[in-house]
Order: sequence, then structure tokens, then C-alpha cells
Amino acid sequence: MMLLWLIVLPIAGGVLALLLSRWSESWPRWISLLAAAAQLVLAVVLWGQRFSGAARAGDGIWRGELKWTWIPQFGISFHLAVDGLSVVLVLLTAFLGIMAVASSWTETREHAGFFYLNLMLVLAGITGVFLAIDLFLFYFFWELMLVPMYFLIDIWGHEGRHPAAVKFFIFTQLSSLFMLLGILGLYFVHGRHTGIYTFDYTALLGTPMGQMTAVWLMLGFFAAFMVKLGAAPLHTWLPDAHTEAPTAGSVILAGLLLKTGGYGMLRFVVPLFPQAAHRLAPIMMGVAVCGILYGALMAFAQTDLKRLVAYTSVSHMGFVLLGVFAWNALSTRGALVQMVAHGLSTGGLFFLVGALQERIRTRDISRMGGLWATAPRMAGVGLFLALASMAIPGTGNFIGEFLVLLGTWRVSIPLAAVAVLGIIASATYALRMVQVTFHGPNKEGWKIADCSARETAVSAALMIAIAWIGLYPKPVLGTAGLALDGMRETSAAAAAPAPPEAGFPPIEVKPEPASPSATTPGGRP
Amino acid sequence: MRAADLVLLLPIILPAVTAAAVMLVLAFRRSHGLTVGLTLAGLAASFASVLGVAALAPQQVTSLVVVDGYALFFMGLIIGATFVVTLQARAYLKGRAGRPEEFYILLVLAATGATTLAASSHFASFLLGLEMLSVSLYALIAYEREGPLGVEAGIKYLILAAFSAGFLLFGMALVYAGVGTMEFLAIGARLRAGGQVQSELVLLGLAMMLVGVGFKLALVPFHLWAPDVYEGAPAPVSGFIATVSKGAVFALLLRYCSFLHLHAYGPVQLLFVLIAIASMFGGNLLALLQNNVKRLLAYSSIAHLGYLLVALLASGPLAIAAAGYYLVAYFVTTLGAWGVVTALSGKEGDAEALDDYRGLAWRRPWLAGVFTAMLLSLIGIPVTAGFVGKFYVLMAGVRSSLWLPVVILVINSAIGLFYYLRVVIVLYRHARSEEPASGALREPSLVVPSLSLTGGVALCGLTLALIWLGVYPATMIRIIEATAAHAF
Repeated sequence: MMLLWLIVLPIAGGVLALLLSRWSESWPRWISLLAAAAQLVLAVVLWGQRFSGAARAGDGIWRGELKWTWIPQFGISFHLAVDGLSVVLVLLTAFLGIMAVASSWTETREHAGFFYLNLMLVLAGITGVFLAIDLFLFYFFWELMLVPMYFLIDIWGHEGRHPAAVKFFIFTQLSSLFMLLGILGLYFVHGRHTGIYTFDYTALLGTPMGQMTAVWLMLGFFAAFMVKLGAAPLHTWLPDAHTEAPTAGSVILAGLLLKTGGYGMLRFVVPLFPQAAHRLAPIMMGVAVCGILYGALMAFAQTDLKRLVAYTSVSHMGFVLLGVFAWNALSTRGALVQMVAHGLSTGGLFFLVGALQERIRTRDISRMGGLWATAPRMAGVGLFLALASMAIPGTGNFIGEFLVLLGTWRVSIPLAAVAVLGIIASATYALRMVQVTFHGPNKEGWKIADCSARETAVSAALMIAIAWIGLYPKPVLGTAGLALDGMRETSAAAAAPAPPEAGFPPIEVKPEPASPSATTPGGRP
Repeated sequence: MRAADLVLLLPIILPAVTAAAVMLVLAFRRSHGLTVGLTLAGLAASFASVLGVAALAPQQVTSLVVVDGYALFFMGLIIGATFVVTLQARAYLKGRAGRPEEFYILLVLAATGATTLAASSHFASFLLGLEMLSVSLYALIAYEREGPLGVEAGIKYLILAAFSAGFLLFGMALVYAGVGTMEFLAIGARLRAGGQVQSELVLLGLAMMLVGVGFKLALVPFHLWAPDVYEGAPAPVSGFIATVSKGAVFALLLRYCSFLHLHAYGPVQLLFVLIAIASMFGGNLLALLQNNVKRLLAYSSIAHLGYLLVALLASGPLAIAAAGYYLVAYFVTTLGAWGVVTALSGKEGDAEALDDYRGLAWRRPWLAGVFTAMLLSLIGIPVTAGFVGKFYVLMAGVRSSLWLPVVILVINSAIGLFYYLRVVIVLYRHARSEEPASGALREPSLVVPSLSLTGGVALCGLTLALIWLGVYPATMIRIIEATAAHAF
């Protein structure tokens, strides 16, 4: 029931915000803030209740489950479930939800009720994506978050919002229709094989199928997640959408929407099609590394501050892709931490850019400069976030990228070596960003207000969260590690011999099970 | 024919009686309200008779008509849609010059023809139903005699419909010459049994019939009339053509194909694949260029019939259920979209220019919300009926491994996004900042749109149905599986 509330709360808050916008201008944002906060409290309670203490062997995959029949004719159920992976991302969603509301506190005045309705609906859709475990329901939420996001960009965005919004919609919709074909294909393959027609994720795990079938079906899923993840070469919607969206939209896009792609890769692509994923892994990892470098180079070349941050996302999401397809204990953990840390740091950067744009009415970095003197607090926050973006030790991003690289090293040394260049490149763009924006001469004579109390509070919360994950990542790793290992076990049971993983790293992880290749194909715990 | 058969035929008889009754009452007392009330009562009675007859089905009533779950399902759909169109038309006609009352007679007559089509199992009833539908539509399309567009549209439809009916008749004659019977089931049986009946003669006949049917469904390349007629006809009539006329003919086509096992014949199947692909691409690509909402909806409806053909191609009970569900979703969505166009149309003319919709969301949020929901349903976004419909069709296609049409359907859905979103964008455009001064001139005609209580009720009902079908489709699927899909 708690899982349902996590989705219902934002929806209720949004609807209430719309209804009350008639009477008061400030009620919608207060109600939205309240709803987002309530969601965070609920998520934290869920986390504390279900994930504290050591896991027992007989616990099963899910720590909380809700299952109602929905369309029995097709074997579709309203099936929500939570494990370590999803709870971490739900926590991130609720946290960034509050931030998104806070970031539009003064920015959005026009049609505020409708704005907050859309904002809350996106949050509900994203939460649903992280919790849905029935593939039909997953697709339902997957599409559901699209429309409100489209409205956010199209109605409250900046100058070039219309083409950007349409591009965003078409990219994601087309790719997700291919995923729908993949889902349907999997449904029928499984149904013909077992006689049970169902969309349930746990049942579909380990469906035996021909090699080419698996590759095609996987590519259907892959297309959708690749587009959402914003990894090159399917990223072209991302810079436009991120740049043109209002601040809250950018925060959600970068902080959460991209993560749904990474989540889909971790949860669906590899576990459902382990053999195909294993076969294509070298290609995917190659693509990921190219994306890392490409995104970094593009970020370096941008003059629009928002666009710059958007391209850093392309680069960082390459690490997530790399980590997923390296598919070992280290790299998957790294991918997850990278998602969370990137969500916080890039969400924060967009928040900051939004605040800056609200004050100086431009995003052109060639017109900025010398802002440190007039807004020292804001500049300090910017420096911290930039450092996080370049993965300085002590930030969550470092843990994420380091683990991914470590995991990749075990699979392919050359790829890991090239990916390291991405971190170096990130230093160039991050430092350039700080230098051009906050240092140097104040050419245009900007005199701007420093962070308000609201902005300071949000920034502080973000920085604490980033540093916390960077210095003490155990809560995140411990919560999600078990779930990630579980998924690797089930997929390894069907996949070809996994790369050897001897000698475990200093981070606390569950001991590796006995040689996975010994289990029979198709067998599940 | 027995007397009991008359009971079975009630869903066809009652609309006809309604038309006659309205006509008679009109001779004594000309009142718009009374006419609408009588029409609605007659349609409600017809709908009730559909439910009542369901217990007696399935039965063959003479060799012309078969009353089975499939027929009754589509009859119910047709009558329901006519009911909605009647509700929408009342306020639309109220403000206009000329006499509104005869409109309803024609509407109900057209519905009678459509119900006949849904139950037809014989060439004679096929042609009879089709002509009854067509002839009523000629007059309905040109109901506004004052404007040039209406008359042009009416004449265009008249000529092309007569022409295509000729094709249809010739095709029927050829099939009859080759097979020797006019009953669908018997034709199917003989086609399967005899080798030499599968001659060129029969094939040619089938192809010519397809021309006639393709015209009614506005499939590419028989679609040329659609945009002009949709544009020229009164908005409620366009909605009626897009739903009832197409739905009835599609129901007949589906039955015809299933009885004849047309999928077994390679050439025919190839023809359907080509037509489906052409319709999807043609409808969507041509819609991209439209600035007129009525024409845009016309092209969109061409594309949607292309999607439906994919379901038709995927044979089997799943395909029939998919087509049934898609049609229900399409009916609700299309009636809703045309309902909004109707509601926004003032006395001076229909709200058809895209500019008429600029900033509607901030002026009339509820109406804009309904229109958005309908457009999203046409795109196929969750929570709306269109999503489940598209899902169902894709499912049927994937099951039958129709990869080419299915992938083309997916690509076309993306193309369709462009023009649906264009309308959505316009709805939510800030009226203040972006509207040119000329927008102010149009304002007065839109401030008093013809949305009335009945139209509002209809739109509310349609929106609720849209969401119900999109969120909890299990009930409707059960109904369809119990009635429609078991007919074959």
C-alpha cells in the first residue's frame, strides 16, 4: 500500500494545486512542496523499515510488493514492487522533486496551478517507472511521464521551446514504441514456450529464446532506454530539451528522466536478455566510451551554460552505460552510484543556472564573468558542483565513476583506459565553466543578489547529499548491492560464462556466489 | 421468415421507425426540442433493443441478415455514436439559418443503414445498407445549403460514392458469376472447396469490391474525397462520417474477410498490406501540411483506418477483438474531437483554422482539456483509450508476426506526433504574448460557441469513457471477447 501512496501523493498534490490555483497564487507551490516532502518522508520510512538490518536468505527479491489484477485477459496486473535498486532511485526522485518545486518557486508565475500539476505528474510517472514490475504497467508509466514533461518544456520553456519539446516527444515516443514491440515479442515468446501469457517481470526472467530473437527484442528495449539515458548517438534531443526547459524541467530531465533509462538498462535489458547483452556488450561499451568522450568535448565547446551542463550529462551517462554492460559487481554498483550522484550534482547545476538566469536574463557564458565578487555564496556552490561534476574524490560522482572504471578494467583494459580520459576531459569543461562564469573581469558590470535563504537551503542539502555519498557510500551500496547481485545471479544463470571475478574490493559487498556457469540455463532461484 | 424474427431485427427496425415517427410529428408540429427528444428516445429504445436481443443471438434471420454478438456489438456502437452526434448537433444547428429538424431524420436513417451493414451477411443487404447510409449522407453533408463548401462537398461525395458503388456492384456481379451465390458464408465455403472458382474472375470481383469498400473507409488511394468532404460538411456530420459510416463498413469488411478467409489468398492479402501501408503513410504525411483542423482530422482518420487494417490482417479471434477495441476507442476519441470542433463553432462558420484554437487552454480550460485528451488518445498515450487500442492492435500484429506493417505502424505513430502536437501546442500557446493583433478580430465568434448543456454532457461522457477505456479496459475487453470475437 505504501508503494501506491508514493505514486498517489504527487498526483493528489498536483491536482489540488491546480484546483486551488484559482484562489491563490502561492498555494499551488506550497501544496506541491508539501506533497513532494510527504513523498520523501514516505520513501525514507520505506527505506528504514524494509531495508534496515541484514537480508535473510529467504527474503526473495522484493522487499515490498503490491499486486492487483488489472487486465486478466492479457495477464496484466497492477504490480508494484520495491527492491534495493528501486528504493534508492525513489529516494532520489522524492529529493529532487522537492528541489524542482523549490527551483520554480519564483520563476514560474504564469499558470502556476497547471505548472505544478505537470511537475507533480512527471514525478508520479517517474516513481511509477521505478516501482512497476509488470512490463505493461512499466510501459504505462514510461509513457505517462512524457506528456507532462512535454507541457513543461513547451509552455514554460525558453525561446526555442516548441521545436525542442516536439523533438523530445518524438524521440522518446518512437523509441518507446519499439520497446513496446520488444515487450510484446517477449510476451509471445514466453507465452508460446510456457503456455502462460503474462507481462510479469519475474515470470519473464530467464525466458529461453533463439539468439537472433533475443538480440532483436533486446534492441527494442535498448532503443527506448538509450534515448532516455541520453547516451550518444541517440542523445540529440537532450541538449535542446535541457536547454529550453524551465529550471524545474531541466532539473527533472537531468536528475531523474535520464535515470529511468539507466534503471531500465539495469533492470530489464541485461536481466531479460542476458545472452544477447553479453554478446553485444563489447559494442555497447565501445559506444559508451565514445559517448563519454564526445559529450565531454561537446560540453567544452558550448557557450550556452545550460547546453554545457546538458552535454556533461551525455558524457556522464556514458559511464552508466559502460557500467551496466561491464555487468559485474563493481561496475553495476558504480553505475547506480553514478546515477544518483549525477542526479544530485547536475540537478544542482541546473538549479544554479536557473537561479543565475533569473537574475541576469542570459545563459551566454561569454557575457558572464566576475560573478564571484557579487554573489560569493552562489559561486561557491557552483564551484562545488563543478568539482563534483569532474568527480573529485569526496563527491559521490567520484565513487560512481571510480567503481565503473574499476569494473570495466576487469572486462576490458583498453576501454577502461580510454574512459579515464573522460574524467580528464571533465576537468577541462568543469573548470572552464567556473572560470568563465565566476572569475575573470566582470565585463557587463553584473550586480546580482546572492543566494536567497531558499536557494541556500536547497544548495546546502544538495552538497551535503553529494558529500555524504562521496564519503560514506555504504548506505547506498548496501541497499542496492543485494538487488544488483540478485539480478546478476539470475542473468548469469542463463548467460555464457561470466568474466572471472576473483578477489573482492574493499567496499562492503555480499560475497560472490559459487561459479554461476554451473547452474543450468533458464534456471532461476 | 417468422414473426419472432422481427424481434431479432428490432435494432434495425427501431431506428427506421424513429425516422418515420420524427417525420410524421414534424408534419404537425415543428419544434427543434421535440424532434431532438424524440430522436434521442428512439435511439435509446434501439439501444435497449440491442441489449434485449443479445439474449436471443446468434441467429440467421433470412439469408440476408445475421444477428449475432458481433453484429449486435457494432449495432450498439453505431446507435450510441448516433446518440452522441445528436446531442452535439442540437446546439450546433440551433444558431444556424434554415430548418434544423430534418437533420435528425437523415441522421437516424443513416444509422439504420449502418446497423444493416453491421448485420449483413449477403450482398443484397450489404448494398442496401450501404446505399441507405450513402443517400442520407449526401443530404447531410450538404445540409448547409447557403455556403459554397457544403454543396461542393455534397456533390463531390455524391459523384464519388455513386461511382464507387458502381465498382462494388460490378464486383459483386463478378463474384456471383464465378461462385454462384451471394451469401458470404457460402461464398467462403465454395472458394475453399473448389479449385477453379479461384479464378481471375472472382479475384477481379473481390478487388473491385475492395474499391467500393476502400472508398467508404477513405483508404489510400481512395481517400481523395475525405478532406474536402470533412471540411465542407457540418462538424457533427464529419464526426458521424468518420465514426458511424466508417465503423459500419469496417465491421462488414471484417466479417466479409473472416467468412471468406481472404487472408488465405496471397494476392488479396498483399493488396491489404499495400493499402494499409499506403493509408498510414498517406494519411499521416498529408496531415502534416494542414492548417485546417477539420482537414487534419480527416487525414488523421485515414491513418487510423490504416492502423485498423493491420488488425484486420492479423487474423484470428485476437485480431477481431483488437479491431473491435480499436474501433470503440476510435469512436470515442473521434466523436470527442469532432465534438470539441462542433462546440467551438459559432454561427458564422466552423472553428477550423488552427488560429481559432490559439490559447484555448487559458480561455476555456475544460474544453481545451477535453480536446487535449482526445488528441493524446489519437497519439496513443496511456490513460486514454487510444493507448489500449494501439497496444491491442500491435499485440495482434506481433502475434501474427506481421513485422512489416507493425514497424510501419510504429513509425507512423511518430510521424503523427508532429501534427497532433502542433494542435496541442496551439491550444496552450500564451494568448497574450504571441498572439498577433488579428487574433482579436476572431475573438467574438469564439466567445459564444455553441456549447450547450447537451453538447457538454456528451463531451463529459466521452471523456469519461475515454479514460475508463484507457485505465480499466478489462470490462470492455470482456464484452468484446464475449460477443464480437466469438462470432467467427
